[in-house]
Formats: sequence, structure tokens, C-alpha cells
Amino acid sequence: MNLFRRGFPFVLGRTGLYALVVLVGAVVLAPFLWLVISSISYRVDLTSVPLKFLPSSVNLENYSQIFLGSQTSSINADLAIGLFNSFVIAASVTVFCLMAGSFAAYVFSRLKFRGQNVVFSLILITQYLPLIVLIIPLYIVMARIGMLNSLPALIVADAAFVLPLIIWLMRGFFESVPRDLEEMARIDGSSRFGTFFRIILPLSTPGLAASGIFAFIIAWNEFFSALILSSTLKSKTISVLISEFSSKVGIDYVAMASAGVVASLPPVILALIFQKYIVQGLTAGAVKG
Amino acid sequence: MTKKLDLLDSQGALAFVLLLPSVIVIFGVLLFPMLSSLALSFTDLKMTKPGSGQFIGFDNFVAALVNPLFWASLGRTGIFTVATVLFEMTLGLAVALLLNAKFKGRAFVRGLIILPWALPYVVNGVMWKWIFDANYGVLNAILSQLGLIQEYQIWLGDPSSAMAIVIAANIWKETPVAILLLLAALQAMPKDMIEAASIDGANRWKIFTKIVLPFLKPMIVTLIVIKVIWALKEFDLIYIITKGGPASGTNLFSYYIYQNTFQYLNFGYGAALAYILTILALLMSFGYMKAMKGDQL
Repeated sequence: MNLFRRGFPFVLGRTGLYALVVLVGAVVLAPFLWLVISSISYRVDLTSVPLKFLPSSVNLENYSQIFLGSQTSSINADLAIGLFNSFVIAASVTVFCLMAGSFAAYVFSRLKFRGQNVVFSLILITQYLPLIVLIIPLYIVMARIGMLNSLPALIVADAAFVLPLIIWLMRGFFESVPRDLEEMARIDGSSRFGTFFRIILPLSTPGLAASGIFAFIIAWNEFFSALILSSTLKSKTISVLISEFSSKVGIDYVAMASAGVVASLPPVILALIFQKYIVQGLTAGAVKG
Repeated sequence: MTKKLDLLDSQGALAFVLLLPSVIVIFGVLLFPMLSSLALSFTDLKMTKPGSGQFIGFDNFVAALVNPLFWASLGRTGIFTVATVLFEMTLGLAVALLLNAKFKGRAFVRGLIILPWALPYVVNGVMWKWIFDANYGVLNAILSQLGLIQEYQIWLGDPSSAMAIVIAANIWKETPVAILLLLAALQAMPKDMIEAASIDGANRWKIFTKIVLPFLKPMIVTLIVIKVIWALKEFDLIYIITKGGPASGTNLFSYYIYQNTFQYLNFGYGAALAYILTILALLMSFGYMKAMKGDQL
């Protein structure tokens, strides 16, 4: 085992191993690092040929305009609204999915009713559906009931896309809570609701955290539904606003880069801090997603 | 009073109450639109044409099947799918094995791997578009300062190099999922399996092909299926980096559906196209579920 583990790149030896690891790290980090560097450069430096890879002075204008507000740049003022919208959507989706998802997961883990497997399979199969097939009628319905360009429309749509995964994840976590604890509590006279809130949920805290982080990241990163369902600033997410940079002529590269970095911060920070949960969630979600 | 208790105590009723919020949202936002899309796909609904929306049978499906643009976009999706899945699986396996070895800073590098996964799709697109920018892109700068190119190239100006760039951007973003999942599977591998084999004198290549690969097989199959479905659905990158161009060179199937529906406002035809994509994705997942049942995962 040791031999195998230590010497995986068996032809290369230790130096080769470290060289490969550094290469992997560089490939992962370099593109994003360049976005970060671009975001704090001045346009003059970025557009000079030959390019200066490190800016001669640091430019934090865009960041301060996004976060502290600005009268001069309408782009950055819009981005602040987009960030707010994205946050409201992602947070609402997370809260709803955790509540509805843990109830549903409890049903599939602990209760029995006729047709259970059919309902469960139907819920899981929705994960394989391409968004585009759903968004066309959704668009028509939302237009008819006047919900286009509203945050609730995006919250409901994203919640539906995320919820099946959360139900699946939570069910997995509930399954690992030993049943004898509940049975003992039930014998002592605790109701089903009592055991759910006092035993199952507390023992599944890591599962709730993992599912919540997942829901937040997926909802925050969701682009397509927001692109189709919102065309006014009132409900545009940060992703939609950034996508508009890419089709403008004479782009402000520095503003685009800083918007990209700002939009990445919440999911990247969450993923880095809670990477253990992410891997757990990915594994559980992939194995039978 | 007793009646109420009975009702609550019967599991079916409780299940119904607890499932209600999920079922309303999932079936309302997913299954109802599915059926509604199906109905739409048999109509000639055009947002620009008042009075449209008549039932026209299979005309939209026939129109798609005789349309060379449909087949071209499907073909490009095939190339995109095969290329991304092949690269991501090979790279994913290689890097997972690499990171399974013991070395200093292993936890740090594993942590980094999650970065591309967490990045919003739109930011990933904008980032690569900026790197490959014809006038100020960092790739042009590096290559020309190394003397590898004489003048700045318009990387996104040519259909096949644009396709290569979209594929590369997808590989960078999606390979980490393969790495992390294969790494997790490798760590769940019983150590004595390998110890027994090495005592028996098996060399490392043999251990890899005869023990490690078969052990990873279920995860590899799972990953391939998920990745094929994701690749079939790829839209965001295309929308951000190329808008399907140049010369439709990167007009993948999802983007083709989007164009027909939301740009040409041809909702009936778009719904039929979306259904064809759905059927492809569902076929993949059914085949997969069947294979997994046989494999007792």
C-alpha cells in the first residue's frame, strides 16, 4: 500500500511528483489569478503591448464603486443591484429548499405510503431534464400572469431546479441517523414531529449545512433562468449583468474583471471553507443523482 | 378528536402534508411545463404571429429532421461532448491518482481544485474570453513575448479554434468534479486489496489495471453519464464566449434551441427541439440506471 501510495508516478519519482502537482495548481489558479490582476489594474497597463503582467499601480476604483456606491459609474451602481438580487434569490432558494427538502427527505427516509417509489423517481428524474425544455412554457406562464422581471419568479424557478438534489442529499443524511434513538424517544411518548425536530434534524446538522451550501452556490451561479425570465434591472442577477459586458462594444475590461471577481467571491469562499461538505454532497448527488 | 389523531397517525396523510411544498414546486415548475412543452411542440406558435398556435401534428419534428442546421448543431454537440468528456475523464483520473499520493501541501492543492467548480458559469466564460482576447488577451501577450507567434492572433475568429476554446473552457471548469469524486472513491478503497496484491507480487501497473480501475468503474460510469448530459445541455459558455459563432462554428444544440425560441420567437419549433434534447438526455439516464442496477451499485 505504501509503495503504491508513495510512488504513484512510478516512473517519475518525488521530483516529478512535485513538478506535476505544481503544474496542476498553476493550471487551476492562473486563469482566475489573471482575472483578479486585471480587476486591480489600470486600463493603460492592461492594454499596453508588450503587456505588463503586473500593474504598475493598483486600481481599486471599481471595487469601491460597487460596494460604496457611485455617482459616476452607472455600470457599477447596477452591479450593486445585481449583487443584491442574486443574494436575495440564492438565500430564499436555500431557506426554502432546506425546509421543504428536509420534510420531503423525512418522508422518503422514514414513512411508507403507496406510490412512494414512483413519486421519488419522478422527483429524481427531473434532474436530468434540460432547463430549456422547462423554460419555454415557464416563460409563457410567467408572462401571462405578469411575473416576468420579478424576483419571486426566479426564486420559484431556481428552487424547483435545486430542490430534487437537496431532497436526495438530505435523505442520504437522514438514512445515516440511527433509528433506535428515534424508537426510544417514540416509546417515551415523543411524537413524530418531536423526534424529527429533536433527534433527526440536530443529528443531521452537517447534512443541513452541506445541502444549504450546495443550494446557495447553485442558485447564485444559475444564469439561464435569469437570462430568460428577467430583462429589467429590477430583477437582473449579477450573472446576467456580467453577461452584458461580453456583448458590449468597447468594453471596460477592468470593470468587467472586477465584476467577475466580486460575483465569484461568495461561491468560491463558501466552497473553499466548506470543501469537505461539497465533496460529500457531490459524491452523494452523483452516485444516484 | 380521535378521528384527527387517526388521520395524523396514518403515514399516508402525514407524508402528504410533508411532501406538499416540494410537490407543488417541483411538479408545478418542472412537470407541468414538461407537459405544456409537449403540447407546444405540436403547435405552430410564433410570438410574432397573432393567431398562431394551431395544432400541426408532427410538423415541427419533421421540420427539424429535414433541416441541415439542426443536424449541423447536433453534430457540433457530438464533437463537443466527446471531446470534453474524454479529456475530463482522462485528466480527472490522472490528477486524482496524483493527488492520492502523499506529498507536502496535499490538503492545500486539493482545496484549490474546487475553485473552478465554484466559479459562476458566466464568470468562467468572461474570464476565458478575456484571456483569448484578440487585442489585449494575456495568451497573445505570453505567446508573442516568448516568440512563439509573430503577431496577435484572433483566436475566436475561426470556427474550429473557437470550438477548441469553448471546449478548453469547459474542461477547466468541469474536470474538478471528476477529480474530487474519483479522489473520494480512491480513498474509500480498502487498503488490504492492494496489500494482498502486492504481497502476491503484482506490479504497480497490474495493481492499477486489475484492482484500482475495476474498483473505480461504477464512479467512472456515473461521471461519464452525468458529464454527457451536462455537455448536451451546455449553453452558458457558448452564450458568453461566442454567441454560437463565428459562422455558426460553435452553435451547439442548446444554443440552437435558444436562438429559435427566444430570438426568432418560434416557440412551437423551439419546444419540439427542446423535446428532442430531453429525449436524448433521458435515454442516457435510463440506460445508466439500467446499467447501474446490473452492477448493483
